[in-house]
Amino acid sequence: MLLAEANFRLDAQAVDYVLLGFYFVIVLGIGVLARRSISSSLDFFLSGRSLPAWVTGLAFVSANLGAVEVFGMTANGAQFGIPTVHYYWIGAIPAMVFLGIVMMPFYYGSKVRSVPEYLNRRFGPASHLVNGISFATAQVLISGINLFALGSVVNVLLGWPLWLSIVLSAAIVLTYTAIGGLSAAIYNEVLQFFVIVAMLIPLTVVGLHRVGGWEGLVDRIADKGNEISSWPGTNLTGIGDATLSVLGIVFGLGFVLSFGYWTTNFAEVQRGLSAKSMSAAKRTPLIGAFPKTLLPLVIVIPGMLAAVISPELAAAKAQLAANPNATTDVQFNDAIKLLIRDVLPNGMLGVAITGLAASFMAGMAANVSAFNTVFTYDIWQTYIRKNRPDAYYLKVGRVITIVGVVAAIGTAFIAAGYENIMTYLQTLFSFFNAPLFATFILGLFWKRMTPAAGWSGLVAGTLSALAVFILANSGAVTWFGSPDSQGPSFVGAGAAFVVDILVSVIVSVRTKPKPDKELTGLVWSLTPRESRKHGEEGEDRGWYRKPSVLAGGVLVLTVVLNIIFW
Amino acid sequence: MASRGSLFDLRWIIALLFGVYGVVLLVMGIGFESDADRAKTGGFNVNLWVGIGMLVFTALMALWALIRPLRIPDEAK
Repeated sequence: MLLAEANFRLDAQAVDYVLLGFYFVIVLGIGVLARRSISSSLDFFLSGRSLPAWVTGLAFVSANLGAVEVFGMTANGAQFGIPTVHYYWIGAIPAMVFLGIVMMPFYYGSKVRSVPEYLNRRFGPASHLVNGISFATAQVLISGINLFALGSVVNVLLGWPLWLSIVLSAAIVLTYTAIGGLSAAIYNEVLQFFVIVAMLIPLTVVGLHRVGGWEGLVDRIADKGNEISSWPGTNLTGIGDATLSVLGIVFGLGFVLSFGYWTTNFAEVQRGLSAKSMSAAKRTPLIGAFPKTLLPLVIVIPGMLAAVISPELAAAKAQLAANPNATTDVQFNDAIKLLIRDVLPNGMLGVAITGLAASFMAGMAANVSAFNTVFTYDIWQTYIRKNRPDAYYLKVGRVITIVGVVAAIGTAFIAAGYENIMTYLQTLFSFFNAPLFATFILGLFWKRMTPAAGWSGLVAGTLSALAVFILANSGAVTWFGSPDSQGPSFVGAGAAFVVDILVSVIVSVRTKPKPDKELTGLVWSLTPRESRKHGEEGEDRGWYRKPSVLAGGVLVLTVVLNIIFW
Repeated sequence: MASRGSLFDLRWIIALLFGVYGVVLLVMGIGFESDADRAKTGGFNVNLWVGIGMLVFTALMALWALIRPLRIPDEAK
């Protein structure tokens, strides 16, 4: 174990530490500067709805560019190759466009301060509580996972003790989110986005240079049939039949999982709610979609490069190809660490370490800032201490940020002890989004849907996802892929979606709906067109600021990339 | 509202970070490229080129911030 760890140790020198240290100074400086703009709880939790679209748009991508994304997608690149792009072009872009064009007008226009608050206004307290509590809990646990990932990277790459790395990283995130609120988190996310890109692009370029360009990379990949073309992606889904595999990707990943995640996850939607106008809110996911479309080129390709450049990873991959149950010295999850170690000299090495740290802090800060908002507005203000002056809730927000981070530290230490449990938990959370999306979409377009249908659909959908998850992991059912492939999560999400819709419809028919006048601004048919429209004056003018133009542009770009990597 | 007027311009902060990074990498690329580095990168002086790239990016950010400075929103409207 000790030997294996020593293999990853990067030869970081003074210059690399200086680059990392300078970044931390800037990060904390942003927290201090952002504090000056906070005079109310809305400033703290939603940046006073004042941010420009390019800032919220880049933060939108960055909030998702955490540990799971950077390690997970390079790992998938190393293991499966090009089919990994489906997580972006099928699994993100259509949902981001849908959020910007269809759903954001309701979130932003109804002036709700969180996703659970929308549920409260549309369906009442039962679904609000179900969602509010499960979301807040999930955010703390996920930020603990991000924290553990960050701590273990610092531990493995630089040799600092794990506990010190975890506490130090948590302290930095806590400092800037508690003093500077969402503005500090978002401004840092934008900075983090650029630092992460400054790590990924050189990594890709140098890696490709080493193997002799794209042709050289293709030459060195053993399984060209599966790893060079994106469709049907049977190696990614674990579903043997090509047609079923395509269906799994399009409906499971592209529709249920991705729409569930991108359109209802408050950690993402919150970035849009902090925008300064309806137009900027709509543009937030659309602007974010452009970098999201291009990211796989510098995330998936480095993963593939690691699997041919790093001798350890290449050996592990060959071993696994011969025997899927083989125990290997390194894991696919180590791909980006190995590539950084093998191709970057000091200097760039510092930028890459900073990029990794930035990525995990971005993910964690997004979780923390979504958690404190939901806890303060949706749990504390709605059920525990109502009608206090605004300054009180601002104080609660700061205190609960500290509580959340301390709980995340606890989770990180639990994760350190039981790594498998955390992996399961994470898969589980991805299931929770699928029924949520079903409830949202039905509630948004069908005014007849009743409050009772709201909570019962959510509960039934979540339970059915859980059932699929248990069936797959116990090995009782295997036709939709093995437990460690993506098949079960596609099927689980699909089942959750269908069951949620069925239960919601049946319960709606038998219970009493809310009167129309309480649903204005919350349901499509009862919301006047005027209140969904965005302004086109002042800083929202210009053809390139039209949401429809941006949406069309990113869809065309996605189709073109799909054709190139078909 | 005073709170909005006092928001700082993020573009200058981005320019500051990448300006410093760019200079450090440029110096590393010009003055300190070792044989071990060349073996890692396959002879591609990554510090030099990324340093140049970061300085160009810094200039663009600064230019953008100069041409379109932050305006304090007119609350009367």
